[in-house]
Amino acid sequence: MASKPKPPIFLERRSYRKRRLMDAVRLLPVVGALLWMVPLIWPVVGEGDVPPQQLSNAAVYVFGVWVLLIVLSAFLWRAIKAPDAGVSSDEGQG
Amino acid sequence: MASINLLIGVCVAYAVLLFIIAFAAERGAAQGRRAWLGSPVVYTLSLSIYCTAWTFYGAVGYAARSGMEFVTIYLGPSLVMIGWWWVLRKLVRIGRAQRATSVADLISSRYGKSNALAILVTVMAVIGVTPYIALQLQSVTTSLAIFADPSEATDGGMNQTQAAFWIAFGLAIFTVLFGTRNLNTNERHDGVVMAIAVEAVVKLFALVAVGVFVVWGIAGGPTQMMAQIDASSIGAWSLDGSRWLALTALSGAAFLCLPRMFQVLVVENDDERHLQVAAWAFPLYLMLMSLFVVPIAVVGLDLLPAGSNPDFFVLSVPLSQGQDGLAMLSFLGGFSSATSMVIVATLALSTMVSNHVVMPIYLSVKDTGGASVSGDVRNVVILSRRVSILVIIALGYLYYRMSGGSGALAAIGLISFVGVAQFLPAMLGGIFWRASTRVGAACGLFVGFVVWSFTSLLPSFGEGAVLSQSVFDSGVFGINLLRPLALFGIEGIDSTVHAFIWSLSLNILAFVVGSLVSFPTPLERLQGAQFVNVFAHTGHAKGWSATAAASEDLMIMAQRILGPDEAQALFRAQALSQGSDGYLPDPTPEFLEHLERELAGSVGAATAHAMVGQLVGGATVSVQDLMAVADESAQLLEYSTQLEAKSAELTRTAGQLRDANNMLTQLSVQKDAFLSQISHELRTPMTSIRSFSEILRDAEGLTEPEQTKYASIIHQESIRLTRLLDDLLDLSVLENGQVSLNVSSGPLNDVIEHAVLTAQAGFNAALPVIRRYPDRAVPMSTDLDRLSQVFINLITNAQKYCQSDAPELTIEVAQDETFALIMFRDNGVPIPATTRALIFEKFARINDQDGSGAGLGLAICREIMTRLGGDVTYVPASLGNCFLVRVPLNVPMPET
Repeated sequence: MASKPKPPIFLERRSYRKRRLMDAVRLLPVVGALLWMVPLIWPVVGEGDVPPQQLSNAAVYVFGVWVLLIVLSAFLWRAIKAPDAGVSSDEGQG
Repeated sequence: MASINLLIGVCVAYAVLLFIIAFAAERGAAQGRRAWLGSPVVYTLSLSIYCTAWTFYGAVGYAARSGMEFVTIYLGPSLVMIGWWWVLRKLVRIGRAQRATSVADLISSRYGKSNALAILVTVMAVIGVTPYIALQLQSVTTSLAIFADPSEATDGGMNQTQAAFWIAFGLAIFTVLFGTRNLNTNERHDGVVMAIAVEAVVKLFALVAVGVFVVWGIAGGPTQMMAQIDASSIGAWSLDGSRWLALTALSGAAFLCLPRMFQVLVVENDDERHLQVAAWAFPLYLMLMSLFVVPIAVVGLDLLPAGSNPDFFVLSVPLSQGQDGLAMLSFLGGFSSATSMVIVATLALSTMVSNHVVMPIYLSVKDTGGASVSGDVRNVVILSRRVSILVIIALGYLYYRMSGGSGALAAIGLISFVGVAQFLPAMLGGIFWRASTRVGAACGLFVGFVVWSFTSLLPSFGEGAVLSQSVFDSGVFGINLLRPLALFGIEGIDSTVHAFIWSLSLNILAFVVGSLVSFPTPLERLQGAQFVNVFAHTGHAKGWSATAAASEDLMIMAQRILGPDEAQALFRAQALSQGSDGYLPDPTPEFLEHLERELAGSVGAATAHAMVGQLVGGATVSVQDLMAVADESAQLLEYSTQLEAKSAELTRTAGQLRDANNMLTQLSVQKDAFLSQISHELRTPMTSIRSFSEILRDAEGLTEPEQTKYASIIHQESIRLTRLLDDLLDLSVLENGQVSLNVSSGPLNDVIEHAVLTAQAGFNAALPVIRRYPDRAVPMSTDLDRLSQVFINLITNAQKYCQSDAPELTIEVAQDETFALIMFRDNGVPIPATTRALIFEKFARINDQDGSGAGLGLAICREIMTRLGGDVTYVPASLGNCFLVRVPLNVPMPET
């Protein structure tokens, strides 16, 4: 029976790619939060026999994650703002 | 060593430069040259007011004390920016759509434009942020003092208090000049934004310069730097996990809730797309800001004598190396951090204070109904904002004077963060949860505020200052569960984490419970729907019903707030869009809504709502208005349901048409079959009649017996033909319903007996009939002749077609309340199941060997029974054939 017109179930390749990029944008902060919480499980001073993590290593890790997130975020921004992005998944949410 | 006068000269020169930049930006904006101003770069840089002097100087001190933990203050905002899609995107859209002027305005607007809520938020913000302003003043004066005499870091050889006063004064002047030039948030504070963008560059450059100097100039390269870091006293990883987690969350929350951050993130946002650039550019900025913090801290710890204040390593390390120029740059970086923060924070707070505290009081005190000078309210707003700016900076200065020592101020940054984080539940709840209510928001804010004051703010003044020693030791009124640093008796938590977790969780609890048990007002529900579904609703819902508000009154009011030129332009544009040529548009709900929004940009949502309400006669949100806000999807759903119903109806009609067509086709086929049958039936006797009559006519020498034989054949065939025609006529009459029943009464048994006798009359070997009648006679009132005809037919059929060695017919009679049931059962060969369905059809002959029957008998029986209100059916039996006649005891009255 004729119900309201539904959005197509399958998208053409380009819009499909755009939507997956938006998914990545949404996922990125979660990944960042998880990676930045990794230091919580590192060995610390005076706990067990394991030598504590070196501060320089810790700094390299934290800044490495930072750079990774910035690069990914900038890449996603460039990919999404490409012509006729439309960011269709942008609307109608919430 | 730079003299204090030189320093002051540099400060003044820097300030003048900022003034020039701000002026140039304002001029550029006024002339429409906004291309650079409105760029995402400026937007991103303006966000850097997050990095205050507390972070500029303090981060190094923090790192010197507890290693990498300082970075959490930047991780939270980075995550919030990278996750712009989740919260900021919606927040910015709502802020722009609702013309929110501040975080207080946003919350008040969401919860039914409640001014009480706005006041609560404003008070909390002022209490939370004022110490933070004091902290900036302190940073600048201390850095001045260090510059003047590094050996006496905490108490310089200059009059710090006086210096702080002049700095505060300068900042106030700057903020007043550039922060209150225009009222409407549509026209952004271009000068201020540009100035803080420049300051952002200065402070980043300064910190990176010091960092580069430290890494390559002192340590000798990154590798040596790494080794030095690991060898330092903070080189081994010591992490308080709860602080790492809580401070990241806290800084993220504060990033969203700090009034100054809301100002630059939402209010000064020029284009929503800038957010996407800032999503990666601002984390980059933060990353660069923190990149050299640890190296500077390590080198500072290494180079400077023990006991030096690590908070000012950024300054004292270059100084100790004789790099006066670099130290000057570093000083300017700190100065930039402090000034930009104070300017924007003051601007944001003054907007709140003026819109939500001063203006409502002014409007309620003054008779606003009377004729007034055009633009008078506007002047009051501007004045009140200027006064608010002065008051807030004065408060910061006073706080600085009173607190005095740096010890109390050091913790203020995080305390302030926890304080403003209390806005988070009401804010996020407001934009994501439609059911959150004003009562819930007020409860949450109040509970959060109280818990924060008790666990964080008041204890920060030290034991015995505000809270007595006994309160710290044994709780309020000696209740052990109410100790400020161990709420509910849970000890051992870091004090910041303790305050953050308890205040926010109790806040959320109160917010949710308050929302669940209360019921929102119509305006709240309207606003709630608009906030939560901001992406779904492109248009604005109407908050005002059409009223008799005179356009003249509205015009006067708008002129008083916006000023005559802007008000006239606004009204003219609206009138044109309504299709009228004049200057006064009709006060349609759309226009009132638009006007209120415009006013809200100047005086805040609650005040604007109250002012429009005064003229329009009270805020009236009708049920229809609420219905109109109902989701567009609901409307679509309704539409689709209607379509579906219509389509179903069409389908039904089509089905009916198809059925009718099928029936017509069938009837046509039946008619054709009937005609061909009838021709065949008529032809057979006609052929023999013609043949024998031709013989009689043409053949000669026929004997007498032959003539008689042929004539009797012709006679018989004529009779058969007549009977066939009689039957057809009978059937036709019955089928057309033209028969009139001849109703008479009599016992059923007699009818059957008569039928048996009649049927057996023409046969030589009469079929034996076994009769099983009930004891009592069954009285009938029906057309007995017709009924008898049916019986005769059935008995004759049995007589003719029963193939058995000893054929016999059993007639059983039964009776219920309304029907007589007569069963005719023979013991012949059963009719094949496949043909049973056909036996009542016309010309259906099952096993008619001699061809004497026309095949109309049972068809006539069925028609008769239908006319009598009963029926005749074939009952499958294991042996023989059985016909069941059901006839009503009393025939229903004929319709005619």
